Amino acid sequence: MVTRRDFLKTSGALVVTFASAPLLERTGLAQGPFGTRASHIDPSQLDSWIAISADGRVTAYTGKCEIGQGILTAQTQLVAEELSVPLDRVKLIMCDTDVAPDQGTTSGSQSTPTNFNERNLALAAATARETLLKLGSARLGVPVDQLAAVDGAVVVRSDRAKRVAYGELVAGRKLNVQLDRNAKRKPQNEWTILGKPARRIDMAAMATGRFEFVHNVRVPGMLHGAVVRPPSVGATLAGIDEASVRGMPGVVKVVVRKNFVGVVAEKPWQAMQAASRLKATWNPGPALPPQRDFYDHLRTQPSRDAFVVNSADVDATLAKAASVVKATYRHPYQMHGSMGTSCAVADVRDGKATIWSPTQSAYPTRAGVAALLGLQPDDVRVVFTRGAGCYGLNGADTVSFDAALLSQGAGKPVRVQLSRRDEMAWENYGFAYTIDQRIGVDASGTIVAWDYEAWFASRGGRPGYDRPGNVDTGALAGLEPQPFRPGQAAEPTGEFRNGSNAAPSYVAGRVARKAGGAGTIASERVLTHTIASPFFTGPLRSPSRLQNTFAHECFLDEVAAQVKADPVAYRLRHLSDARLKAVVSAAANAAGWDARPSPRPTASRNGIATGRGVACVAYEGDNGYVAMVAEVTVDQSAGRIVPKRFVVAQDCGPISNPDGMRNQIEGGALQGLSRALGEEVTWDDHAVTSIDWRTYHSLPLGMQMPTIESVLIDTHGVEAMGAGETAITIVAAAIGNAVFDATGVRLREVPFTPDRVKRALEARGTA
Amino acid sequence: MSAITLRVNGQAHTVDVDPATPLLYVLSDDLALRGPKFGCGLGQCGACAAIVGGRAIRTCVTPVATVAGAEITTLEGLGTPERPHPIQQAFIDEEAAQCGFCLNGVIVTVKAFLDQNPKASEAELQQATSTVLCRCFTHARMWKAIKRYATEKA
Repeated sequence: MVTRRDFLKTSGALVVTFASAPLLERTGLAQGPFGTRASHIDPSQLDSWIAISADGRVTAYTGKCEIGQGILTAQTQLVAEELSVPLDRVKLIMCDTDVAPDQGTTSGSQSTPTNFNERNLALAAATARETLLKLGSARLGVPVDQLAAVDGAVVVRSDRAKRVAYGELVAGRKLNVQLDRNAKRKPQNEWTILGKPARRIDMAAMATGRFEFVHNVRVPGMLHGAVVRPPSVGATLAGIDEASVRGMPGVVKVVVRKNFVGVVAEKPWQAMQAASRLKATWNPGPALPPQRDFYDHLRTQPSRDAFVVNSADVDATLAKAASVVKATYRHPYQMHGSMGTSCAVADVRDGKATIWSPTQSAYPTRAGVAALLGLQPDDVRVVFTRGAGCYGLNGADTVSFDAALLSQGAGKPVRVQLSRRDEMAWENYGFAYTIDQRIGVDASGTIVAWDYEAWFASRGGRPGYDRPGNVDTGALAGLEPQPFRPGQAAEPTGEFRNGSNAAPSYVAGRVARKAGGAGTIASERVLTHTIASPFFTGPLRSPSRLQNTFAHECFLDEVAAQVKADPVAYRLRHLSDARLKAVVSAAANAAGWDARPSPRPTASRNGIATGRGVACVAYEGDNGYVAMVAEVTVDQSAGRIVPKRFVVAQDCGPISNPDGMRNQIEGGALQGLSRALGEEVTWDDHAVTSIDWRTYHSLPLGMQMPTIESVLIDTHGVEAMGAGETAITIVAAAIGNAVFDATGVRLREVPFTPDRVKRALEARGTA
Repeated sequence: MSAITLRVNGQAHTVDVDPATPLLYVLSDDLALRGPKFGCGLGQCGACAAIVGGRAIRTCVTPVATVAGAEITTLEGLGTPERPHPIQQAFIDEEAAQCGFCLNGVIVTVKAFLDQNPKASEAELQQATSTVLCRCFTHARMWKAIKRYATEKA
């Protein structure tokens, strides 16, 4: 195994530090919002982030990983830009707990805010450049202000022949300096690598079948594992008949740990066959709540309640309003449904463990594996190795635990890849929601009060550093998920935070007498009820924000229609945030928005109807501004919605890679479309029944494609923000609003399946 | 177990496996190929596709014994990073990927289909990819790449 020290030795780099003290708090360096733990790699030390070898090659270490979103290329651009070296001279090492700093989880659209502003990787690269300039100054005998960093060397501005290469400057010594909080980032108008559409570094290897995914990792002596999950939710193991697989070809070991069951064999097919043959008896779990009544069921359960905002005058304001609109919106559980089922390789021997894992949480997974195996975290190494796109929390963490348990049981390296059914039946689904809203308008049609109350189901989630039971395997092995405790809502205090976009963009966001929202509506109440979910749930791309935004943006549209206002103008009328208003206007302009109230006055009740809708959001309140105009047709006899055109305008601050951002917008728009039109987790009285691509409906490549136009707003001089979860958040709302425009029918439940659309159209006919 | 000889990307390989083993496991495990991937194991998503007898097949549901002796081409058999096949080049040029896990199924399926149907219409191409999935939904770029390749090829 190559350690960081060996790696640097062989690469000729001489900068390496293993600090042992937890220095995070002391240095005050933010490590993203997800929390970190002390580790052996000191994030306050430059050497923990950047190494420069004698030949001038740069190695950068990051705790934010590539999961398809393009951050491998963008972070490489960042380091190359700040250090003034060509892109191909930088090698990025992501999320290997033996060499990379602990940056928690790659999630929440936080990689860009965390690493591209004045902290962490960006600060390290800027500190490195300034350090090299100081070293160059000493070497050349020229003051720093007369030097420049150019193409991997420190050069004298007035005489560029006088220069010293980085490799020469650092050779023979450690940099051994602290990250300098005053180190200057390169101004955006001087960027030559960042801000440009750099080509994806991994593209050719992926397109030609050379790229090493975690599925391709092969370790000498490696065996293959397969897991045996319970037949129903909540079932417990009553007994195992190991004789049922004894003598099967290649079978090495049956591993049982409380309710965790797996088989290890020499070859993957043998392991899968043995897993299906193994006789296990299970005590059934409690019956699942019937799916047909599930949204009503949510309202009757014990709940943990929270106010996001509460101006305490909503009922009074609604009582005085000229009219009040009410509606209930529903959003189902949906799944990550990764393209490849999750896979990991573990080598657990002699009190040490190495896990090749596609987890988005390398250090937390290290802690979880240690807890499961009875090891110390420092005896576990998690080597992030790419898996199929994840979009939050697929089976990556759980399969890492599977591999660890099976390798420990077998005493040899074990590779595990889940079956499609096990991936889909047991992953951490996006939350199911039911949302009641009321809006009061005055005589002029202006909104005077917004009341929101939601019930949603939650269980487990990201394991973090101390809850491996938050995903399936941890819980099967006997570690409890985060306990659920009902409780009443306290009045909101502190600053208004809209991290889950529970509050609509249109409210003033008044907490503690300060208004922190993006809108103007001062009478506001946002109350959430969290219910214990029968299924594991987790942060599926745009967690809660997508569900909430669907409800807010469609409901606002309902009110606009009621007061006969144009949907774009009505949004602008109630927004105060300049950047959010700007993306709404930009999307409308680019789309050639036809300003008028919905529905379309010439809408016909038969045949193909055409409509346009708009939606917008300030993601997490302040992490990306996006608006979408959707144009659709609705085949009213078949109930079939066909998207024709999406126009998306987005402002996420300084853009690191415009083509990467377009890719995220396009993917987000179509993934959002698939989630809006067809995706829904289903179950019967004891088990999940959406367990493959026939029972869980993902739009295929051969779908009817809308055109997608992206308007990128590159705002200088502000914080860089995330762009991975913006567009997807508003798709269902924009489509629902376009369907209303086309047909006059309001769709209040996702997904908009043909059956559901037809029923809504038929109800219109008889109303 | 039995010895089975396969011709993969122009080379002969003899493997000793259960003849019912799906071809995918032999390609990815015994032959350590990285192109074909396990997506569903049910023939529903395309990730495992390889070209056999000129047609894209789903190797996750194809017993290895049924393709003994046939010419099998995988994604890595089409081209290399240095010399990609024109369809691979089209995907590279369009940056038509996010996580990249589905690329095998997309490229192999479309390549085989266009070889068989060089004048395929857009509707026919849609039909040919109606059970090919990309969960990152990089569809827009993929269609640009497919059309670029189809045009160059025509």
